[in-house]
Amino acid sequence: MIQDRSKTRGPITRMHLDLPLLTGIILLCGLGLVFLYSASGQDSAQIVRQSIRLGAGFVCMLALAQVHPDKLRYWSPSIFILGIILLLAVLIEGQMGKGAQRWLNLGLFRFQPSEILKLALPMMMAWYLARDPLPPSWKKTTLAVTLILLPVVLIAKQPDLGTALLVGTAGLFVLFLAGLKWRLIIGIILVAIPTGWAVWMWGMRDYQRDRVLTFLDPERDPLGTGYHIIQSKIAIGSGGIYGKGWLNGTQSQLEFLPERTTDFIFAVIAEEFGFSGIIILLSLYLFIILRGLYIAARGQDTYSRLLAGALIMVFFVYLFVNTGMVTGMLPVVGVPLPLVSYGGTSLVTILSGFGILMSIHTNRKLMQS
Amino acid sequence: MPNSTFKDHIIEARLFAGRSIIATIVVLVMLLILALRLAELQLLNHKHFTTKSMDNRVRVEPIPPTRGLIYDRNGILLAQNLPTHSLEITPEQVEDLDQTLSQLGKLMEISKGDLKRFNRLRKQRRRFDSIPIRTRLNEDEAAHFSVNRHRFPGVEIQAKLLRRYPLGEETAHVLGYVGRINEKELKTLDASNYSGTSHVGKNGVEKFYEKELHGEVGTRSVEVNVLGRAIRVLESQPPTPGANLFLSLDIKLQREAINTLGEENGAIVAIDPSNGSILAMVSNPSFDPNLFVSGISTDAYNALQKSPDKPLFNRALRGRYPPGSTTKPFIGLAGLELGRTTTGKKEVCRGFYQLPKLKHKYRDWKKRGHGSVDMEKAIVESCDVYFYDLANKLGIDRIHDFLSRFGFGRKSGIDISGEVTGLLPSQEWKRRARGEQWYTGETLIVGIGQGYFLTTPMELASATATLAAHGQHFPPRIVNAIQFSESEQPEPTVSIHQEQLPIRNIHHWNHIIDAMTKVIDSPRGTAKGIHTDNYKIAGKTGTAQVFTIKQDETYDEDKVAKKMRDHALFIAFAPADKPKIAIAVIVENGGHGSSVAAPIARRIMDHYLLRKER
Repeated sequence: MIQDRSKTRGPITRMHLDLPLLTGIILLCGLGLVFLYSASGQDSAQIVRQSIRLGAGFVCMLALAQVHPDKLRYWSPSIFILGIILLLAVLIEGQMGKGAQRWLNLGLFRFQPSEILKLALPMMMAWYLARDPLPPSWKKTTLAVTLILLPVVLIAKQPDLGTALLVGTAGLFVLFLAGLKWRLIIGIILVAIPTGWAVWMWGMRDYQRDRVLTFLDPERDPLGTGYHIIQSKIAIGSGGIYGKGWLNGTQSQLEFLPERTTDFIFAVIAEEFGFSGIIILLSLYLFIILRGLYIAARGQDTYSRLLAGALIMVFFVYLFVNTGMVTGMLPVVGVPLPLVSYGGTSLVTILSGFGILMSIHTNRKLMQS
Repeated sequence: MPNSTFKDHIIEARLFAGRSIIATIVVLVMLLILALRLAELQLLNHKHFTTKSMDNRVRVEPIPPTRGLIYDRNGILLAQNLPTHSLEITPEQVEDLDQTLSQLGKLMEISKGDLKRFNRLRKQRRRFDSIPIRTRLNEDEAAHFSVNRHRFPGVEIQAKLLRRYPLGEETAHVLGYVGRINEKELKTLDASNYSGTSHVGKNGVEKFYEKELHGEVGTRSVEVNVLGRAIRVLESQPPTPGANLFLSLDIKLQREAINTLGEENGAIVAIDPSNGSILAMVSNPSFDPNLFVSGISTDAYNALQKSPDKPLFNRALRGRYPPGSTTKPFIGLAGLELGRTTTGKKEVCRGFYQLPKLKHKYRDWKKRGHGSVDMEKAIVESCDVYFYDLANKLGIDRIHDFLSRFGFGRKSGIDISGEVTGLLPSQEWKRRARGEQWYTGETLIVGIGQGYFLTTPMELASATATLAAHGQHFPPRIVNAIQFSESEQPEPTVSIHQEQLPIRNIHHWNHIIDAMTKVIDSPRGTAKGIHTDNYKIAGKTGTAQVFTIKQDETYDEDKVAKKMRDHALFIAFAPADKPKIAIAVIVENGGHGSSVAAPIARRIMDHYLLRKER
């Protein structure tokens, strides 16, 4: 066994990369460029820019894959605190400059501190929960929830609902994977439902209820947010089984579909490649997620498992929230289709996450040998 | 410690394995839900969304049909469509609009009004729509711009077909004209068929034959993007052009009629008695219909509207005049046919007529009277007293019933829009319209075509044609044939409602017509001045009083202002035995029918009959 393993230790493993995961990611990113070329109206400049971002993302992935999980664990609290400080900085700057502010300008490039939290929060949670035997005690759970709420509230204040949601779920997934008691889970649900109902009945004015309803069902407002969903459903539905063909989607090419390169690129794919194409794409996603879960399950220690599991589940949440929104099942929150949507920040974060996953997987083997 | 951590490690690994299995199941279930949702959208409701997608991207645009042409009976073009050029700017394609406008201003005149309209339209339209900056470019301007075109990206010359009446005033009252569709018309027109049409027939032939002339709109399905910009044409269905009309109008005869009227205000209608088709229809003065096509200026319109000569007024169709003595042949025929008199019966004319027991004297135009008068002499010399008496014998209602068969007081059904009827009075009419009873004295003056009796020139010409054709009555028609497509032969329009008037004795008709020929041929005839040896004319002069002279007052033509002078009338047909043309002439304030109106009719008949025979 040991001999076999050393034989298969090609350059990929030596670079601390996981071949199946890497293959899936590269395939998905490659397809993403193909989709983007069509969605952007055959704009080569966008393809070039997206390729540069992909390159940066892969560099981050490669770099993080080299960092040993122990080191990552050691630095987790510091990174988390740094992230929180940056969030506060952005918030204060935003209040002075009036209006929403998500970006921090670092001269060379701008980035969103909230993106750091997508990695920093699960790292912090994993670090915190792995210190004591699992499942976590009540007290620890309460403190963990506070840890989640801190960045979530700060990000929601920016306001960036989509990212807040993703960061929050990342934290919750760590808690769940750490063995959060079922009693507690059910208890929270049992408390949440009547509370929500009470707020709805007595705590809201009509216009607020109207806003909530429109958020939940955008088609109530066909000229506002509903327009996106209506056009998106038309694009998907008119794709049929085999689609209209690459570059031939009328909804996208004639620009009826808004935000077709970013949040709504899934609708472009569904229109041009149809149900069959979408099933193939979803299978690719499923493959990556299952591989991620496998890596998590095979993790060396609790910290690694919790972190890996949370990261891959966040990736899944990305996918589901985006596709759910584009198909009109979920409210409209700005969440991109992971690794495919045009745009840099989330791409780099997701690829960095995969870098951590790979580090967890490859370093385990090294330690064992 | 190592033991417990090891134990913990296993427990925690198991715990994690359990949770990750649940996570895996959640992932699978949710992806299944997603797949089902996609199946619902893409498989189940595919058709619905395909339709919606088509609705999004396909816009159906109308292609307006070209309006049918109008020709005269000899194929001379009376109404055509000519391209006019306008200069249009597509703001999106222009880099510096202000500079472009100032450069264009150096090339051609651009008025403040042009700029105002341009800026107004620019706000309403989309950036990729072209907006006219100048309309109706003349050839020089168009050529000048074409040479400099390369300097003006985004500026283009657009051609549009506009109605043009090459003969202008000569045909204005017959053809009418087209003008921009107004709001009222918009409500009555077929919205889809007129979706690409800007003009509609406003009156005359253009209005009556609007449906035929317009044609059927075509459509073009265009793929558009979200902004409405046309990307490409998917399919198109060409429009059906409007039908071409061939009129019975003889434009040369029309011109001759106009020339003979000269400066006089009046109307001339010439009809072919054998089928009722109109050979000439003149209303003088006239106007340039082309002004109305592209939108007449307020000043020009006011000038036309306020002119005392009323050039916009269609006298031939809408002018109501007392027929005067031109009524006499019809009254005479009524007397014979209804048995109130005979051809040989004689009356004595002493210059006036009095109803029994009444003092009022109904005067003859000849003060000393005509002496012993029979039907023929009464028509030839136009004796008023004879017809006062005959009208009295007939009574107003018999006169009404008999004359209405000739079309007096009835809508002729002519295929030109804007016709009004004259007024053929009756007892019932007076009760209804005036709420008064009829007086016998009013019957007398109807007998000489005065009083309440009014006719339009069209009615008078049509009645004359009916008399000429021995009671064969054709509603007057202007369109001979309609050509529905260029590849087809013109289809003759059939005259419907043709009717034969009842004839009790054909000799009565011949007697009246004979008497009418003697109006010209007899040395005592009122129109002896127009006698010709070339063909036989049957005619009757008429003089219609514009204002009433008091009892015992004489009418002195020279002392009366021109507009108070009598209208001169003449009806005629020729050749008398085989009539080819029937004609009615009215010269407003022309004085006597014999001296003014009759020579006009003669010249028209000469032109028509002699030119043809040559």
